Amino acid sequence: MQSPAQPTYRAKPLGQRAVRALRMYWPLYLMIVPGMIFFLVYKYAPMFGIQIAFKNFSLKKVISASPWLWEDGKTWFYWFQRFFRSPANTQIIANTLIISIGKLLAQMIPPLIFALAISETCLKRYARVIQTISYLPHFLSWVIIFGICATMLGESSGVVNNLIRKMGGEAIPFLNNKAYIRGVLIGTSLWQSLGWSSIVFLAAIAGIDTSMYEAATIDGCGRFRKIWYITLPNLGRIFVVLLITKVGHILDGGFEQVYIFLNDRVSSTAQIIDTWVYTQGLGKQQYSLTTAVGLLKSVLSCGLVLGTNALARKWDSSLW
Amino acid sequence: MVKSKNDLLFEILIAVIITLVGLACLIPILFVISYSFTPMEEVLRNGGFVLIPRHVTLSAYRFMLKNEMLISALQNSAFITVVGTAINMVVTMMLAYPLSRTYLPGRGLFIKLIVFTMIFSAGTIPTYLVVKETGVINSLWALIFPSLVTVYNFIVMKSFFEGLPNDLFESARIDGAGEFKILFRIVLPLSLPIITTISLYYAVSHWNVYTAAILYIQDANKMPLQVILRRMIDAARTIDLNVEDEMPPETMRMAAVCIATAPIIVIYPFIQRYFVQGTLAGAVKG
Repeated sequence: MQSPAQPTYRAKPLGQRAVRALRMYWPLYLMIVPGMIFFLVYKYAPMFGIQIAFKNFSLKKVISASPWLWEDGKTWFYWFQRFFRSPANTQIIANTLIISIGKLLAQMIPPLIFALAISETCLKRYARVIQTISYLPHFLSWVIIFGICATMLGESSGVVNNLIRKMGGEAIPFLNNKAYIRGVLIGTSLWQSLGWSSIVFLAAIAGIDTSMYEAATIDGCGRFRKIWYITLPNLGRIFVVLLITKVGHILDGGFEQVYIFLNDRVSSTAQIIDTWVYTQGLGKQQYSLTTAVGLLKSVLSCGLVLGTNALARKWDSSLW
Repeated sequence: MVKSKNDLLFEILIAVIITLVGLACLIPILFVISYSFTPMEEVLRNGGFVLIPRHVTLSAYRFMLKNEMLISALQNSAFITVVGTAINMVVTMMLAYPLSRTYLPGRGLFIKLIVFTMIFSAGTIPTYLVVKETGVINSLWALIFPSLVTVYNFIVMKSFFEGLPNDLFESARIDGAGEFKILFRIVLPLSLPIITTISLYYAVSHWNVYTAAILYIQDANKMPLQVILRRMIDAARTIDLNVEDEMPPETMRMAAVCIATAPIIVIYPFIQRYFVQGTLAGAVKG
């Protein structure tokens, strides 16, 4: 069996080529069957279900038997309209964006500073130990982190509040106050990802051509100047790549974390699109409404990824 | 390097930053561990803050490990972690190996189909309806099949396979080895680092699973560890469980947290370099 497909000078019809490829490589195609079935069933089949965003669907009927919205005399964007009519829902979108952008900044800037500190310090062995410790929170689940927070930040018996009371202050209900919850969400997200996110930056710093630094030293550059003029510009590419991947998730906000930290007292500032979809969709069985909102979110996210991608490519054609 | 006054100040500043990060990561974890071992009177005496307990008690653990709910949750999580990871790995490898062979006709199309699911998803509710249709709902399989292959892991594995020399496969083929034999006898032994990494990624995500469980599982006895733990934390927060008097709910909650974290903390020192390798492999791909 030759590895590159024999060049065919006259293109044969697709069907014939497919049969030939199958005959030649059938074991390879056989291997990908389970994986492809997974993607078709759990990733592509749900896409047919998107149509319930334009229907009035309940579990009593199958999807195809439910009438389209316009057959009931409604507009096709009925569910979208209904979502946006409520001011509480506008608040949900605002919450999602605020929490997402906060987390995005927390996952980009502090890890960069930490990576710079690690790469600049002369205490290399010490830095390695700290690095290893700093990855650990990445592997803890949000429930665990919530448990730690409840013990550290709890109102009546949390350590932090005990300390505040001892110093004569008043206890702060970090986890139950709508003014603090976003800070807690962003802060815990920073805590979880700081060390782990710095890995990428450290790798990029290690990849910078050392001759640049040598040349700069000869030219009489100090450390700050080297960081400013060599290290940071060289991290630009990886920064943009990370930004693109994160911007695509800006409407997510992190369902698992937010849902675990959510309670009635903080929902006005911490409810995000995904947690709303979960409680309204599965809890209150508003399948069509929540599917419509989910669809809007998916389309916008998809557009954001493609848009930022195109922008980055235009901006720096050597990026890919 | 010339040590000017500025340089020294800079060194001190970054040493402080590094130390603060280290302490910030370590103290909460250490605190929770010691809390779970500390007898109540010592906790109260110290205003709730104990980093190194003077007396150690195992009573919280003894009590928690008698809790049937927690035991069944541990069993469920162990099951999905072991069985789920094994299935994940077999399927991901069988998907990544053929699609890493650049000569395979249709390869580009398959890869595009896979990567597209990363950019666009149907959303929570339509996926839920399909999971329901496929009949795995309210069983542990609902935590395994709907997350069979992670696109990220697939890409990392595929790019690793792409780096393996083609001649190797050629000579195996000449010796009459079939593709399955090549995958499991030649590719697999050569890919142990990446296989370890990806298995650990999958294993951690199974052990920590929460969202899929609250979406697809209703019965309490089928819930994985994290969901039960979340409920215990809430129970300890609101009602004072009303169990043995010398047992504060806080301590028991921390014991449960430690039981749930123990597997990760114990294997962490041995595996962390694999994790770092994996994230770099992914980062290079962008």
